[in-house]
Amino acid sequence: MLNYEIVVIGGGPAGLAAAIEAKKNGAKEILVLERDLELGGILQQCIHNGFGLHVFKEELTGPEYAERFIQELKDMGIEYKLDTMVLEVSDDKKVRAMNREEGILNIRAKAVILAMGCRERTRGAIRIPGTRPAGVMTAGTAQRFVNMEGYMTGKRVLILGSGDIGLIMARRLTLEGAEVLGVAELMPFSGGLNRNIVQCLEDFDIPLYLQHTVIDIEGKDRVEAVTIAKVDERYKPIKGTEKRFDCDTLLLSVGLIPENELSKSAGITLDKITAGPRVNEAMETSVEGVFACGNVVHVHDLVDWVTEESRKAGRNAARYVSGALKNKGNKIAVQGINGVRYVVPQEIRPENLTGKTEFMMRVDAVYQNVTLVAKIGEEVLRSVKRRHVAPGEMENLVLDLGNINPNNMENLTIELVQEEGA
Amino acid sequence: MYDITVIGAGITGTFIARELSRYDLNILLLDKENDVANGTTKANSAIVHAGYDAAEGTLKARFNVRGNKMYDEICRDLDVPFKRVGSLVTAFNEEEMETIQCLYQRGITNGVPDMKILDKEEVLAMEGNLKEDIKGALYAKTGGIVGPWELAIALAENAVENGVELRLNSPVTAIKKVEKGYRVSAGEKTYKTKVVINCAGVYGDQIDQMINEKTFEILPNRGEYNLFDKSVGDMVKTVVFGCPSAAGKGTVILPTVHGNLLLGPTADPIDNKEDTRTTFDGLTSINDHAKATLKQIGFQDVITSFSGIRAKVARKDFIIEKARGREDFINVAGIDSPGLTAAPAIAEYVVEMVQASATSLEMPLREKENFNPRRTPSIHFMDLSTKEQEKLIAKDARFGRIICRCENITEGEIVDVIKRKAGATTLDGVKRRARPGSGRCQGGFCAPRVMEIIARELDVDMKDVLKDGKGSYILTEKTK
Repeated sequence: MLNYEIVVIGGGPAGLAAAIEAKKNGAKEILVLERDLELGGILQQCIHNGFGLHVFKEELTGPEYAERFIQELKDMGIEYKLDTMVLEVSDDKKVRAMNREEGILNIRAKAVILAMGCRERTRGAIRIPGTRPAGVMTAGTAQRFVNMEGYMTGKRVLILGSGDIGLIMARRLTLEGAEVLGVAELMPFSGGLNRNIVQCLEDFDIPLYLQHTVIDIEGKDRVEAVTIAKVDERYKPIKGTEKRFDCDTLLLSVGLIPENELSKSAGITLDKITAGPRVNEAMETSVEGVFACGNVVHVHDLVDWVTEESRKAGRNAARYVSGALKNKGNKIAVQGINGVRYVVPQEIRPENLTGKTEFMMRVDAVYQNVTLVAKIGEEVLRSVKRRHVAPGEMENLVLDLGNINPNNMENLTIELVQEEGA
Repeated sequence: MYDITVIGAGITGTFIARELSRYDLNILLLDKENDVANGTTKANSAIVHAGYDAAEGTLKARFNVRGNKMYDEICRDLDVPFKRVGSLVTAFNEEEMETIQCLYQRGITNGVPDMKILDKEEVLAMEGNLKEDIKGALYAKTGGIVGPWELAIALAENAVENGVELRLNSPVTAIKKVEKGYRVSAGEKTYKTKVVINCAGVYGDQIDQMINEKTFEILPNRGEYNLFDKSVGDMVKTVVFGCPSAAGKGTVILPTVHGNLLLGPTADPIDNKEDTRTTFDGLTSINDHAKATLKQIGFQDVITSFSGIRAKVARKDFIIEKARGREDFINVAGIDSPGLTAAPAIAEYVVEMVQASATSLEMPLREKENFNPRRTPSIHFMDLSTKEQEKLIAKDARFGRIICRCENITEGEIVDVIKRKAGATTLDGVKRRARPGSGRCQGGFCAPRVMEIIARELDVDMKDVLKDGKGSYILTEKTK
């Protein structure tokens, strides 16, 4: 049995930032376990730029962004194991992992940080009828083939879903000489960042078909054609609106799912909406001493926010190990209501709040001219105007909770209020 | 000169080839696809039926009941997942209660053991997720679930280990009668054989008509399915059939041997024997059945949808006979449900037919001394104890490297299924044998890795690694 103060599961942006921050906050024996052959996670296949605007105030590519953390981690002498798969995490913080050189590893940790990231939703999850040929794949898998393995995945491409990876791949495949015929999006708005719509579609004259979905895939061995159709407000395809594209590839960018199989093995409570662990102000899950951060908690759209959230988790894991994190007092539930789909953290403990506390959230639709209002009971803590909010863009709200009544029994709510006359 | 050529390496063809490999014969097993089990065998309900469905006196009834009994031993010998989980036919009203009474009686006539009519309380005690308005059910203890393509692959492998010659990528294009046998053109080659056994599934009629006048026609009939994630695999514990009616045999909800949940099938006549598409209406209809039957079912947990084609014939029974009295041409056709269950009994029967004609064919059947009914055991790393796992990794480090993170499949297991007899050459071939890519990410993460391993082990370029059938290329060219 190996012993560490903190075991970090996942060496992507979340795990790296958490490990570094834990070390900076006094934790000594830290081990990062990474299942891939290198640190950096999915950033390593994101060779486009646009990373780091908030954290570093400059535009980096994914690998460059990752490299800064990898270098810092190595400089700090934090231990890590690559090509190592974690098989199980128990609720008493024992971690079972394996790799080629050491075989089965049993590790006891004082604190665990879950940073496993997320996976892509697949064809099956969205029920696309038709045949099952080669040439239907998720945008992230195509990204790996193109950017890391050096192979093209098709010549004439249609994309379903306007998530960020799909948008990025529309541009990437175009630059590599493929013809991207269009992007179909089920919703009346894109799920991706506005900047990606502009830079990846509009700049290349790739049409975006809002309120459209794929209704048929043809081709026995390889995709030969894909048909899309407009949908009504109940997402049912409308007869007569079909458009058939001769193409050899259908890329799917239809959402990301936090990867929480290990969290389940540890008995951690998951949030039904985020599909990630419910966390408190310290990014601690329902199992004491097990923290979580990054896309395993909720899917982010910018890695910069992952980094910030993960630093919080790392810092608090170190405080937990040193006994500085309190867990005796009252707990206040945090809820998104009236247009706010979810808020992270889902719970706060007043005894650990020192002042400014950041909340991350997503809205459930596109709204113009609204106010984000945070309340405890009926008392308004803060209200902030927003000209435009959309599900594809995560919102954050900083609340000063230093003076919160520690015995407060009411929920903290965050909601959208439509401006009058708007 | 081959003694016997079996056309079609699906569940029927592989069972027959393997059964024949007990004897000192030159056997050729042909398939048009680039892998065994690549037709109906890879897309069906995966059920070992108890045997109360088929009308009494039919071959279906006889071979279903007999085949069911043979499953334990065969799956043990071949190391194939098989579980007797029992089956239920549900009844939600009085009319359906009468139907299950009839099924019970038919089961008795067919010789099905261990059946019982359950009342509401008994059913709910067995399947707590069934809707409360259930009236009763027919329970059959001998109903089971199996991995159908795993079984066919294991049979092919064991057959090859026992001397059968397997030729894939060999669509039969012509059969000519010659003296003392036939000349079979398949792929680029021509094979001389004394006996032809036609197990060509949905193409059984076409193969038959290469030599004989038309006596039967395969009526392809498509069934669509939804497969759910393992997290909801315990929604039912037994094979739960809807009550059969004039409209059909009823939809089934069942656990799979790997712990997923399977729902289906539809039954739609189609024109094209390759038309394995799924349809919005088809999937909706099976989902509606599940909603009407179960208290709890979430369609967000569907990980894939697929369809398979039944080889139906107008006769409503299996066709297992010498083609128009020819001693040396046996048709095994129209093997739709319960074909999977019946297959071992069909194989036994076909060997008896060959035996009966042995003298006239001048082809005596002598049992081999060295026939090995057991195939080289496969490795399921995650089922081993920690000690065994450590030993295996120490011996071969590739078992220490997980490639499929959803199903925890190691590189060692993937290499093993590529290196075996009748081994995998494609991404789906590896998936059907070792299961990487069959989990919740459906190969999103592991497909590039598995392709690398296939390319390395078979010494081909990544670009030439196929997803499944010929023409199912995944990568088109190198990037700029």
